[in-house]
Amino acid sequence: MTETTTTSGTPLLEVRNLEVEFRSKTGVAQAINGMNFTLHAGETLAILGESGSGKSVTAQTIMGILDMPPGHITGGQILYRGEDLLTMGEEKRRKLRGMNISMIFQDALSSLNPVLPVGWQIAEMFRVHRGFKRKEARAKAVELMQKVGIPAAEKRVWDFPHQFSGGMRQRIMIAMAIALDPDVLIADEPTTALDVTVQAQVMGLLKDLQAEHNMGLILITHDLGVVADVADKIAVMYAGRVMESADVFEIYARTANPYTKGLLESIPRIDGAGERLRAIPGLPPPLTDMPAGCPFSPRCEFATELCTAERPALREIVPGHRSACHYAEKIYAMSAEGTEEARA
Amino acid sequence: MSNPNPEARTTPVSTAATEAGEGQKKTAEASLLADAWRSLRKNPWFIISAAILLVMLAMAIFPQLFTSEDPRACFLERNRQTPSAEHWFGTDIQGCDYYTRVIYGARNSIAVGFIVSLGVLVISLILGLVAGYFGKWVDAVISRFTDMVFAVPYILGALVFLNVIPTRGVREVAMVLIIFTWPTMTRLMRGSVISAASTEYVTAARALGAGHVTIMRRHILPNSLGPVIGYATVFIGIIIGAEATLTYLGVGLQLPAISWGLQLSDAKPYLTSFPHLLVFPLLFVSLTVFAFMTLGDAVRDALDPKSKKK
Repeated sequence: MTETTTTSGTPLLEVRNLEVEFRSKTGVAQAINGMNFTLHAGETLAILGESGSGKSVTAQTIMGILDMPPGHITGGQILYRGEDLLTMGEEKRRKLRGMNISMIFQDALSSLNPVLPVGWQIAEMFRVHRGFKRKEARAKAVELMQKVGIPAAEKRVWDFPHQFSGGMRQRIMIAMAIALDPDVLIADEPTTALDVTVQAQVMGLLKDLQAEHNMGLILITHDLGVVADVADKIAVMYAGRVMESADVFEIYARTANPYTKGLLESIPRIDGAGERLRAIPGLPPPLTDMPAGCPFSPRCEFATELCTAERPALREIVPGHRSACHYAEKIYAMSAEGTEEARA
Repeated sequence: MSNPNPEARTTPVSTAATEAGEGQKKTAEASLLADAWRSLRKNPWFIISAAILLVMLAMAIFPQLFTSEDPRACFLERNRQTPSAEHWFGTDIQGCDYYTRVIYGARNSIAVGFIVSLGVLVISLILGLVAGYFGKWVDAVISRFTDMVFAVPYILGALVFLNVIPTRGVREVAMVLIIFTWPTMTRLMRGSVISAASTEYVTAARALGAGHVTIMRRHILPNSLGPVIGYATVFIGIIIGAEATLTYLGVGLQLPAISWGLQLSDAKPYLTSFPHLLVFPLLFVSLTVFAFMTLGDAVRDALDPKSKKK
């Protein structure tokens, strides 16, 4: 399963030219400027980017939990099985949430209601959406807690969120998110608040559940290490736009964008001990004051006058590999060469 | 995908799936309140105020337990006596046993306190919840209306209203007090709701498809109740004081009702000659108000998860 971009049939979720901005008294911040991606059943798409690049806003917009105002969706479509979520009625859309499209949040402690037992909160999913009786719902809650690997679930079903460890809480959050067997699961930095060993367990659990239910998984993260293990496709975001999108192996082996290249080079490497860690100089541009050309151009080592004058479009470099850079082919050739060298 | 064996990791860990029955449900469901109870029991102020209130409540419900005399058995020949072994608190101007009068006075004063506080609590919960949760124009309308009522001092409002009501019992006084005192608690509830509504678990509940009613009932209400419940207890004390004030000013309860406010009012002309007529009802009002306020503070602290960290 290496080629996923040409999977047949209607995609589960398709985002087309999505544009979101935040309006405040001090100005307009363009959080997302033309986001495009597709997600098929059983596929994992990683949306990668640093803070403020618009990855969480993307997730919130898909879920319909963006605070409006100050948020405004100024353009684009979000198609779930061909139906546009943005023009759908509020009640219909609410029914899709949790049932068809579900989400996991970064901080499981603050995402669980502190005054209700966890089993109760999981059971509530069945009672609200499926009309289950108390007893049935409780049995389902215990079953789900066992499924996500909570030890002694029978006994702990009436414990409160603060009585669980961080990893266990995230498992409970996952149990709630997958309770109703959704097709699309969005995980917004699901492991950021956890320590490294637990991170691996939680990602493993997500991956297993995804395979079991054939879900489409959108993984939002800034952690390149997490992505490499689980993702099928990657979209790299910068300043509210997709800079590069491709199959995961393709990006790691042959990137066609200077921003991705910079990110990959800034990962500490075990064989590079003693070398100074490379970082991308500078900061992302403020969203209220975007450069006219390529948003990455002020920090880019390859930038020319063309880059500061004209904004590059996201275009296909080789089949399934898209990049928004005027010199994508050049970077692609360079990094491909580098990979060959490393192999030799 | 790198997933050869999905079963391996999702196998239920069911070794400890023992007989966790309904009994466990009870202990756990009560545990938030049990937590509050545990911290309350250790608070000396709670114990003192609760003890005072128990006595006062017993007085209000079963005054016969405290005195065998009839509060309306008055004999003019024994009027205006100072405290003695026979009449602990002396007698009043009508020659009634003052101790018995004060005991019987508890009922009306505490009844007004409870009725008003409960009524205001209901109004505040509904308006505060709706205003804080929906925000925008709903909030604007409710909040501005609250501000308008808040701008009228309750004493002034009550004076005007009660003056035109010819017969004033507990019901009338309570109603007028409710009408003019609900804004403070409503504002408190609204603030509490706004902070609960902006939490991540509310966003999470929304993302998992919960509707407005579910979110308000299950997530926001239980998490915003703490400070309001504490204040409602304090409020009973405030209202008992307010009732006494209004009655003293001559617009509260009327004779032949028995209440602390009425006793204070009747003692007015004898302030210098028979101070005991003022001292005893005043002592009872003060003790009750103090007890409710102290209890309210203790309850609020116990229900506030942030104050528990030691």
